[in-house]
Amino acid sequence: MATAEEVAKAAERRDVRDRWLLSAPALLVILFAATGPLLIVLVYSFLTPGAYGDVKWQFSGNAWTSVFLERDIFDDTLSLAAAHVTIFWRSIKLAVVTTLATLALGFPTAYFMATRSEKTRDLWLFLITIPFWTNLLIRTFAVLQIIRNEGIVNTILLKLGIVSAPVQILYTDTAILIGMAYVYLPLMVLPIYASMEKLDFRLVEAGYDLYATRFKVLRKIIFPLVKPGVIAGSILVFIPALGAYVTPSVLGGGKNMMLSNLIELQFGQGRNWPLGSALSITVMIIVMVALLAYVRNAGKSGVRHG
Amino acid sequence: MNWKTTATAMGLALLATTGIARADGELNIYNWGNYTSPDVIKKFEAKYNVKVTITDYDSNDTALAKVRQGGTGFDIAVPSQTYVPIWIKEGLVQETDPGKMENFKNVAPEWANPDFDPGRKYTVPWALGTVGVVVNTDVYKGPADSWGIIFNTPDELKGKVNVVPEMNDVIFAAIKYVGGQQCTDDKAVLKKVRDTLVAAKPNWIAMEYNTIEKMGAGDFKATSDWNGSALRQRLANPAIHYNYPKEGYGLWSDNVVVLKEAKNVENAKLFQNFIMDPENAAGLSAFHRYANAITGSDKYMPADMKDAPEVVIPAAAKPQGEFQKMCAPEIQDIYTKIWTELQK
Repeated sequence: MATAEEVAKAAERRDVRDRWLLSAPALLVILFAATGPLLIVLVYSFLTPGAYGDVKWQFSGNAWTSVFLERDIFDDTLSLAAAHVTIFWRSIKLAVVTTLATLALGFPTAYFMATRSEKTRDLWLFLITIPFWTNLLIRTFAVLQIIRNEGIVNTILLKLGIVSAPVQILYTDTAILIGMAYVYLPLMVLPIYASMEKLDFRLVEAGYDLYATRFKVLRKIIFPLVKPGVIAGSILVFIPALGAYVTPSVLGGGKNMMLSNLIELQFGQGRNWPLGSALSITVMIIVMVALLAYVRNAGKSGVRHG
Repeated sequence: MNWKTTATAMGLALLATTGIARADGELNIYNWGNYTSPDVIKKFEAKYNVKVTITDYDSNDTALAKVRQGGTGFDIAVPSQTYVPIWIKEGLVQETDPGKMENFKNVAPEWANPDFDPGRKYTVPWALGTVGVVVNTDVYKGPADSWGIIFNTPDELKGKVNVVPEMNDVIFAAIKYVGGQQCTDDKAVLKKVRDTLVAAKPNWIAMEYNTIEKMGAGDFKATSDWNGSALRQRLANPAIHYNYPKEGYGLWSDNVVVLKEAKNVENAKLFQNFIMDPENAAGLSAFHRYANAITGSDKYMPADMKDAPEVVIPAAAKPQGEFQKMCAPEIQDIYTKIWTELQK
């Protein structure tokens, strides 16, 4: 039956066309809104800086060289860009520590939420999402009000006579960490909670029945089962933490640059847009490598447990 | 009945649109944040029947980058004197010839013919200021008329000093402190500058712009700062004093230009002329708390500014003031490296 075959073929062709048409909006968004700007950043990183900001359309690899190498201003020797490495390392360290801190706080929180009764769970979920209703900057300034020398914590400590002079928390690394952990905590709690909610707690009971210790139950039953949530949460926290700008500036006092400040400097007072672009792409590469390594590792051990 | 309501509604809608259209025009101002007196704007709107819209920027570089891209819809911008030559050279502004405007006679002679715009062909002065050192005298009572407060911090102030992270201002100050000339490319001087900055940093608590609030609340006990900001701090706490460093301090001025892409050129020109009127200039100063370049405006100045040490530079400190210039790109590049080194 050739005709039927033709009809089927035509239908298939139409089907293919429709599929393309239907996915066109999404493809266009990905192409122009996501890939397009990134390509511009990539192209800019290979150009020459303009005299007062902007770029000259002239190929140059200088931006990429100066991401990693620097010519000493004074003796003109070429060496590893120590300043950049220090700044990169500071940001990576902060992102890792933030991820660990939010995990340490978020895991028990999610567990607590998931073990409540169905009705109250929604209330807890609601409470966790409330901070998202306000702007990041405002939340950061709220933390500042709590920890500054004339802030709530120090006032209480002084009034109770626990300390005789205000404890300097603001403008220290501790302040940055407190702020970061607070700001990113919901991003960790929510995915873990989503996994935890699906957890069959009968398995936990079975574990106890078989004389597993609490720690063993946590390690061998709960953790492997909520691992996808932990991975998702860690990724959600790590990536924005690496590029955090507001929180370190406001709470850290801006004395020590983060990656984001370094990039901003190039587009602002430093007037070196190509270097700024090259640094931005370097950050993306770091994120990609970290993600690949993390997901691969997690996937491997996941299989072993699964 | 139904028709009537519809007709009334349409009539009202029409009235509303004509109400908006009644203004003789618009003026779109692109200016630094928290810098434009609403009262003076209201007065301008009423006088010329123009609707003014103000958009903020936070740095000269932001403003320059944005206007360079074009299509902003702004008529007026207010760049600092260091940037004015770039705006002119890149053809971003138009020659409105303020030097020939009616109110130009009010411009103080020393401001009538500045280096950055000879003959005032493009610009009208908006505000004038200095960069100096602010100290809380409750904590430190010694002499404070030196960049040494920042770069060789006395014991009482250690760990309580803030530095406003304006790269060019900080490097300018450090160069003056080690005895060099601004925009120098002398490696020996620059090395001293870097070493001074790096050695000074452990005594600083922060590098922030938010000084008005933090000095007032006591988070900082000293800071490098602009004079208008220092004035606001003193009004909040009388123990806070502004000082003009004896090694030399920076002078700056912000200037109103009309953009080449302006759509409301006539209104923009009216505005340039308007703010050279002594009473209006004083109105602007009363809000942003900086001095202006208009003779006769002191009559209208608020009482707390008339002889404020932050606004009126003392005779003894006058010779040390120096206009900050834009350094050549290759020198700027070295400054950025020193800056990165400082903040790493």
